Amino acid sequence: MNINNELITYLEDLSCLTLTEEEKRRLAVDLKDILSGMARLGELDTQGVPERSHPFDHVNCFRDDAAQASMDRELILKNAPHRNNEMFIAPKTVE
Amino acid sequence: MFNLNALELSSLIRERKLGAAEAVNAFTGAAEKSGNPYNTFITVSKEYALERAKAVQARIDAGETISPLAGVPVALKDNISTSGIPTTCASKMHDGYIPVFSAEVVDKLERAGMIIIGKLNMDEFAMGGSSETGAFGPVLNPWDTSRVAGGSSGGSAAAVAGREAPLTLGTDTGGSIRQPCSFCGVTGIKPTYGAVSRYGAVAYASSLDQIGPIGKNIDDCAALLSVISGPDAKDSTCFIDKPFVFGDARENLNGVRIGLPRNYFAAGIEEDVRHNVTAAAKELEAAGAIIGEFDMPLMDYMVPVFYIIACAEASSNLSRYDGLKYGYRSAAAKTLSEVYRLSRSEGFGLEVKRRIMLGSFVLSSGYYDAYYKKALQIRALIKEEYNRLFERFDMILSPVSPTSAYKIGENIDDPMKMYMGDIYTVSVNLAGLPAAVFPCGFDRLGLPVGVQLIGNAFSEAKLIEAARVYQRRTDYHTKTPGGEAK
Repeated sequence: MNINNELITYLEDLSCLTLTEEEKRRLAVDLKDILSGMARLGELDTQGVPERSHPFDHVNCFRDDAAQASMDRELILKNAPHRNNEMFIAPKTVE
Repeated sequence: MFNLNALELSSLIRERKLGAAEAVNAFTGAAEKSGNPYNTFITVSKEYALERAKAVQARIDAGETISPLAGVPVALKDNISTSGIPTTCASKMHDGYIPVFSAEVVDKLERAGMIIIGKLNMDEFAMGGSSETGAFGPVLNPWDTSRVAGGSSGGSAAAVAGREAPLTLGTDTGGSIRQPCSFCGVTGIKPTYGAVSRYGAVAYASSLDQIGPIGKNIDDCAALLSVISGPDAKDSTCFIDKPFVFGDARENLNGVRIGLPRNYFAAGIEEDVRHNVTAAAKELEAAGAIIGEFDMPLMDYMVPVFYIIACAEASSNLSRYDGLKYGYRSAAAKTLSEVYRLSRSEGFGLEVKRRIMLGSFVLSSGYYDAYYKKALQIRALIKEEYNRLFERFDMILSPVSPTSAYKIGENIDDPMKMYMGDIYTVSVNLAGLPAAVFPCGFDRLGLPVGVQLIGNAFSEAKLIEAARVYQRRTDYHTKTPGGEAK
């Protein structure tokens, strides 16, 4: 499979990443190698096989629908790179 | 004290021949004084540990029976959340992050009176097979410090091998407990998916991740697995209804049917690994097991299927990192979009970016059917094959890795070669099965080689019994590393 700049840019957008030129060069080589290794999956006939996204067929184990204390807001906000008293600070998005 | 196993240590503490604080001081002191020789510890939580030791000691002194591991120090892979103690995932992206909550396993350890002494190095976000991709530098193998400790739980395995902690926890998404145990000559268990709560384990691939114990021998690992297993209302995939209780009944393996996948021993495996794993099968046979050979179907598809699914799930899980709520935020970002993109681009390392982009690719329009959907279908076939195999066998014995520990830097620039090193471990996670890993010999350089026993879902007790019989007949698990370069 041809890994061109257009595909790398598309994947950067999907992944919300901006790579350096060196990272782009390495990723193009690596992706080509990895995807050629993955191409062998096409050899196997899987028509009609159901997809398995999980190792078991269990239904979710839900907890009781009971009110519980929330986490401490101050402790949560302490982790924010930028904050004011009660909120996370993000750049202005509406002029 | 450092060469005692965890159950011996807990006996001394229970009998008040050794104080819990004394044990904490010994292990944390050694970690501090020795200058972290294997680069295992990211954080040593001495102050916190001493406070906990005081509380546990008071209960022991009052005659309370807490648990078989009460007072024993334990260290955790640094992707397991600890309230008030930094949890880095060995990533710049977690810069400054201190969890507000603890993982359920941490609460369970503390309820059992165990004492957390620190957080351990790993591959960044558990993505890697050599513990070289993290932001804190590579973990060094105590058997030969020029070699990798394996990954991604390299710090957890090396800390036990280097006698820096009597017990540790790791996580296993595609072999991340088992392969470092094999490389470092220690024992570990990858539990059945759903046996141990994943709440608070920073998610890599949610349908594959499991937390598990690493120790000097299978009895220590079984004791720790009993502590951390059990239901948790905070993890909707934690299916187990009560914690494991393991007995000590079996003295031989009479009648136990063990399958040996013939094609795992064909091309690509080092001769010394083949020899030692085959010898382990013979030892189990001598203990009464009935060994039967078979060809593992779909072997060539396992690694591609695993990486497609793991990367797809990783690309989704890691989309939570936005530079706003916690962790690293780019100083250069001016707009909201730049906060997202630049923080992620500067915060994640190359292997993490590679996996996020690969995951985005296999989930993207036009490629979804050929890659992701196809991988999920083959996952179903792999699961069916295991179901069929467990009608014939009680467990399967297999190599853990095709090689022993390789040199630091040897494979880091060749991701496909690194991924192929997971060939014997990933299918266990795809099918959600348990596996026990333990040392079974040494290669010609004196490096440890491990073997794994894979069982049907929730058959941990059988695997532990078999490993225990093996360890009573051999002494590989008692050997300690010298650390010289080879």
